[in-house]
This record gives sequence, C-alpha cells and structure tokens, in this order.
Amino acid sequence: MVKGKIVAGCIAPHPPHLVYAENPPQNEPVAEGGWEQLRWGYERLRASLADIEYDAIVVLSPHWQTYIGTHFLGLPHFQGLSVDPIFPNLFRYHYDLNIDVDLAKAIHDEAASAGLPVKMMENPDFRVDYGTITTGHLFNPEWDKPMVVLSSNRSTAYYSVEVMQEIMIELGRVTRRAIEASGKRVVVLASNSLSHRHFTTESEVPEDMSKEHITSHAMHLWDMRIIEYMRTGQAQRILDEMPEFTEQAIAESDGGGLSWLLSTLNVPDYPAVLHGYGTIIGTGNAVVEWPCHAHEEADE
Amino acid sequence: MTEGQVVGSFVVPVHPHTVLAPEQNEGWQRLRDAFDIAAQTIKDLDADLLVIYSTTWPSIIGHQIQSDPNPEWVMVDHDFHDLGSIEYSFNIDQDFAHAWDDANRKRGLQSRCVNYKGFPIDVGSVVALTLLNPDNAIPAVIVSSNMYANRSETTVLAKSCLDVIKAQGRRAVAVTAMSLSNRMFTDFINPEEDKIHSLKDDEWNLKILEFLKQGRLEDVGQLSRTIQRQIRVQKVVAFKPMWWLSAMNGNRNDLSGEVLAYEPIHGAGGAVVSIDPTPSGAGDKEYDEDDVEYFHGERGVLDTIDESDDAEDVTVTEQASSGPGLWEPTQAEGSVNTDAAPKPVGAYPHARRVGNMLFLSGVGPRQPGTNAIPGGPIHDENGEPLDYDIEAQTHAVVNNVKRIVEEAGASMDQVVDVTTFLVDMKRDFKGYNDVWAETLGKIGPTRTTLAIDALPTPIAVEMKVIVHLGE
Ligand SMILES: [Fe+2]
Repeated sequence: MVKGKIVAGCIAPHPPHLVYAENPPQNEPVAEGGWEQLRWGYERLRASLADIEYDAIVVLSPHWQTYIGTHFLGLPHFQGLSVDPIFPNLFRYHYDLNIDVDLAKAIHDEAASAGLPVKMMENPDFRVDYGTITTGHLFNPEWDKPMVVLSSNRSTAYYSVEVMQEIMIELGRVTRRAIEASGKRVVVLASNSLSHRHFTTESEVPEDMSKEHITSHAMHLWDMRIIEYMRTGQAQRILDEMPEFTEQAIAESDGGGLSWLLSTLNVPDYPAVLHGYGTIIGTGNAVVEWPCHAHEEADE
Repeated sequence: MTEGQVVGSFVVPVHPHTVLAPEQNEGWQRLRDAFDIAAQTIKDLDADLLVIYSTTWPSIIGHQIQSDPNPEWVMVDHDFHDLGSIEYSFNIDQDFAHAWDDANRKRGLQSRCVNYKGFPIDVGSVVALTLLNPDNAIPAVIVSSNMYANRSETTVLAKSCLDVIKAQGRRAVAVTAMSLSNRMFTDFINPEEDKIHSLKDDEWNLKILEFLKQGRLEDVGQLSRTIQRQIRVQKVVAFKPMWWLSAMNGNRNDLSGEVLAYEPIHGAGGAVVSIDPTPSGAGDKEYDEDDVEYFHGERGVLDTIDESDDAEDVTVTEQASSGPGLWEPTQAEGSVNTDAAPKPVGAYPHARRVGNMLFLSGVGPRQPGTNAIPGGPIHDENGEPLDYDIEAQTHAVVNNVKRIVEEAGASMDQVVDVTTFLVDMKRDFKGYNDVWAETLGKIGPTRTTLAIDALPTPIAVEMKVIVHLGE
C-alpha cells in the first residue's frame, strides 16, 4: 500500500463570528459583513490547497471538551443544528458532515496501543461542537471531504501546560503514524485562536469593526512572536515557549490543538505561510498553513 | 401580595450519571435518591419558581439567562456520551427571565436573555431540572456562569434576582448545579471503582459539607478562593456558585442545612444539599468580606462614550467608616432614589421631581454599597490630611450624578445647571476643571464653583445639579 501522507497542516481558528459575517445559507443570523481580513485569509488558505488532492480532514477542536482522554467522532454521518452557547445570537448553523470512521478508528487504535486513554463517540444524538463546525465550514464550505474529529483533552486545566503538551506530542506522533499507515492523503487542522482574552461586552452591532482590536498590547506582542516563529520555521521554539504563551496570552493553545498539530507535522523546520491575522472580540486569530506537500517529498 | 422570598436552596451535582445510570453504582443511586427527596421537598415548599445557577454553562458577554419558554432537545454529554441521551422539554418562566435581565442591567451588570430554538442547555441544568422538577410543574429560570466574573459580579447577579423575586412576590428555590471537588479520573473506570479522586479532595468536600450542614453558607462563600485553589480544576478563574447562593440567602451564616447525599461521580465530589432559610440561631460570620450592591467593574474595552466608568483607573483606598451615619433616602412625592448612588448622610432623597424639573441633592464621590471614595479620602479618621486624587473624585461625582439622573428616566444632556463645592480651591480647581471639561463641559450646563470650609464626609468635591426634563 502507498504510504499515507499529510499534505498540509493548518491553524484554522473557529470564532463563530467569521461564519456569521459571511452569511452562508446554513447559518440563521444575518450580518452586514465584518472580520474580512480573516475571512479573506481563509480564502487564501483554500486557494492555496485548491490544487492539492487529499482524502480527509483531521481536526482537533477545543470546544469538544473531554476530561477523560481523547475522544473521536465514530459514526459515518452527523447532521443537526449547532447553536453556540456563548454567541447564540451569531451562530445557529445547520450542519451535515461525514466522518472517515476508518481513519478515526485507526488513530484511536494507534493511540490506545501507545497507552493514551481514548474513546470512540458512537451516540447518534451527539451534537458536534461549534468549533469543529466553524472550522469545517471555513476550511471546506462544500463539506465534500470526510473529517476525523478529535476532542480536546483538558489536561492543561487538570495538570499544567507541560503535561498537556506531553500528551499532545504523543497524540501527534500516533496521529502521524496512523495517517501514514492508512495510505490516505490528509490535511490536519488545529482549530484554535492564539491569544484569547475576550471582551466581555459586545457592541450593539456585533460586526462593528470600529470596535474591534486586540485586548491588550501584551497579547499582540505574544501573537506576533508566535507567528514570527511560524513564518521562520521555528516550530520547536513554539513548543518550548508554550507554557509561557498559554498562560500569559490566555491562549487557546491550552486545548492542545497547536501542540498536537506541530507534533503531527514532525515539528516542522520550514516556514509556514501566514494567510491572515485579525482579532475577534479582542482575541488574536491567525490562519496559517504549513505546506507539507512541498517540503516532505524527500520522504518518499 | 406578600413580598417574595427564597424559600429553599439546593446544591446538586452536574454529571448525567444520576439520570442515566444510577443503577450502575450504589453511590450514584444514593445521589439519585437524594435528588428525588429534594424534588419532593421543593413540592412541599409550595415553590413557584426554580432558579438554576449552572457552572456548566459558561458565558463571556456578561451573564446569559435562558428565556425560551419551552426549550426542547436531546442532550448528550461530551465525556459520558456512552451513558445515553437525555431528552428534555422544560418550562421556563420567560417573564421572570426578562425581568431579571432588566434588574441585572440596573445593577450595573452585562446581561442578556437567550431564546433560540435548539440552544444547547448545559448538562448541569438538564440534570437539575430533569430530576428536581420531573413533571415541569414549577416554572424555572437558568443563568450562565460568566468565565471572567468574580465575587462582586456574582453577588450582584444574585441581588438583582432577589429584586425580582421580591417584586413579583415569588416563592423561589435557588439551585446551584456544581461539583464540590471537580477533579475526575482522567482515565476510564468501571462504575464499581468510583471514589473521590484524592484524600485531599475528600477532606475539603467534607469540610464544605460540614459548614453547609451548620448553615454557614456565607463562610463557604468567603472560602471560595481557597476552595478554587485546593480542589478545583483551574478551568475558570474562580469558584463562584457559593457566592451566588450565599447572596441569594442574604449572605447569612445562620441557615439550616442538610446533606442528603455525598458521593463520587467519576472521581468528582457530588453532593445534594438542602438549605433552609429558617434562622438556626447560630452563625456569626467567621470572615467579613465587604458586601456589594452594585457592580462597578468594567471589563469592556469597547470605546463607547457612555461607559464613563472605565475612563479612570480609580483607586478605592478607604471606606468612609468614620463619617456620619448613613440614612435611607426619604420618599416624599416626586422623590427619585436609587441603590446605584451612595446613601444620603441625612433625611433627604437623591433627587426630587417638580413639574418638568429635577433637583438633585448634593452629590459626592462616595461609592454606593461600599461607601469607598475613589481617589481616596482627604483626611484619615483622626483628621490627619491625606493625599487624594481630585480627578478620580470628580469622575466619581459625575458618575453618581449620571446614575441618579438616569434613574429619573432622564439623561445627562438634560443637565442645565450645576453648583460645585470644593474644599480646596487652590489645590483642586485645575483637576476638577479638567474632568469637567471632558464630561459635563461637553454638555454645557451653567456652572458656579464655590470654595467651602468642609463637607460632611472626607471628600473634596460635591455637586448640586438641576435637570430640565423637557416639555
Ligand atoms: Fe474557541
């Protein structure tokens, strides 16, 4: 069998505001626009991968929060209405997505044999979290590729960023091994913001861009520092600074997605492409792509 | 109509085991039995409202209140999806939800109602309402737990709820859906292996339950920060439910408590506790954190003009504890009084309306509730002069004026005449004048500024304001 391959790894954040601002037919609320820089960033990401063939999208979202290990969506099809419990005024999305259950099971099994607590989620009534839906929509609005969806283990809250990162680095390794063994071509997405201090007020018109800015200068400095590491191929430094970044920028990397992504990509030493950066109610968000397909040919 | 009140309170656990799988573990069954007893107690109390504060419904934009009169869906837990699904259809008191939302804003909180088909009601609320109100006989209301909220915000959230309970004459039961220690096992276990995650968690849980049994709810509230550090997974900034529940019961320590069950749920501490407001006769406060009536915090960083509160990083340095006694504002015809302004130091109202004119009593910078003086008092208890910030004091005066004016249904741009009293013209005129220029100066009332010998409290500035309410 052909060795499976990760064709790209991306940071693909999930603020529901981006879906809201775009007015797709699946979402109930109506907006006048907003957050264009990030939405155009997603457009550039999609264009960048338009000619690359792949079979499945593997995503880790911090809004499916599990305290007991990592869980995987384990049924072939999920359909329903996703209402964001925090911004229900912006996001009420009718979703319909397919799961690559074989690949999910393969990663699950590989993780189990590495000693990680894992579980397949096979309850048909389960509502897919809004982070997965938002990232799924923005990355692939046609929903024409099956997904593998991993929950976010809350080990940062339980233990520390360091423990979280150890688990996520191991989960990344097994994810890579399972993908390679599957013979499939896969895109891997970490669905998370960078700095993550929200405003606790919302302007009258949520998409009023005159009200949008980073919460504080310190958050901006952290975001730019991390992005600069990405742009210059220094993924290892991101892992090294993850505890400080996560704590000081209250970063959404606490959910493990970014550590898992970098590990899945073998801690890349080649530059990532920054497709867009912007703030959403004060949080820092970047759309970033590691174009693995262009850098890992030598492996084959 | 008799004045409304909280007739009972309950602490209940959040995980779905008590609904979906009580038979799998004796402890889960005991929790379930305790839930059933609690449901019967609520019935016997003749309650007509269930108020749920749920720690498993986080919010970011202030607090959210469920206002869909009949939310229906199927709930599946993120972790325990293999236990099954809980179908729900609840009876929500929409009018109460809206009234609470209004009351929140009156007390300075960010707040909103949510009424959307398919809104995912959180596991804690679903479990609580399913078991405590099995036939939906009692209308309920659910409030979120703001991620960033701290003690004052959470306390004021309860006080605004009480405002409405009193105004509507309700017999309310207050419920916090929460774990005690919330550390679960991070691996899968067989039901029969369940136990409290660690001895330390168990000891803390027992300590909390002992306090609750003695009716010392306020003491538990004031231990919240310690509890958060000791036995809570650090996923939110503070352990809030006991702040809320204590404030719902008047921040007292002389209640009567009963622990109906305490058992582990996958390692977390689950308890069903019933708290009766009947005074037990005991219960002096062991701690004495300040009480708070109105939320002054401002976490918003949106640059809206009317949020003058965030203009200054005010330092609240001292309570005016040695000043004159405080009075309830008088109530003669046309009086306008508000909890959002400092209590009078004599028998007078905050303002009085005559025809289309509104006359305010002299307004200083003291803070409602705490009586603290932003920018600091001008002298200490012995009369020794202190350094103080006239700009912060002036800002606080303007904010107090604004609250009174708005309580009268008017707005600041209707202020037509101001007389200002300064105790130190030479030192303070410039600072005062600068703040004036960027606040009232922009509106343009006539102004007279006088130097006087002293004011009744250790403040440096006071304003006498006249408002024209329009034709
Ligand atoms: Fe998020």
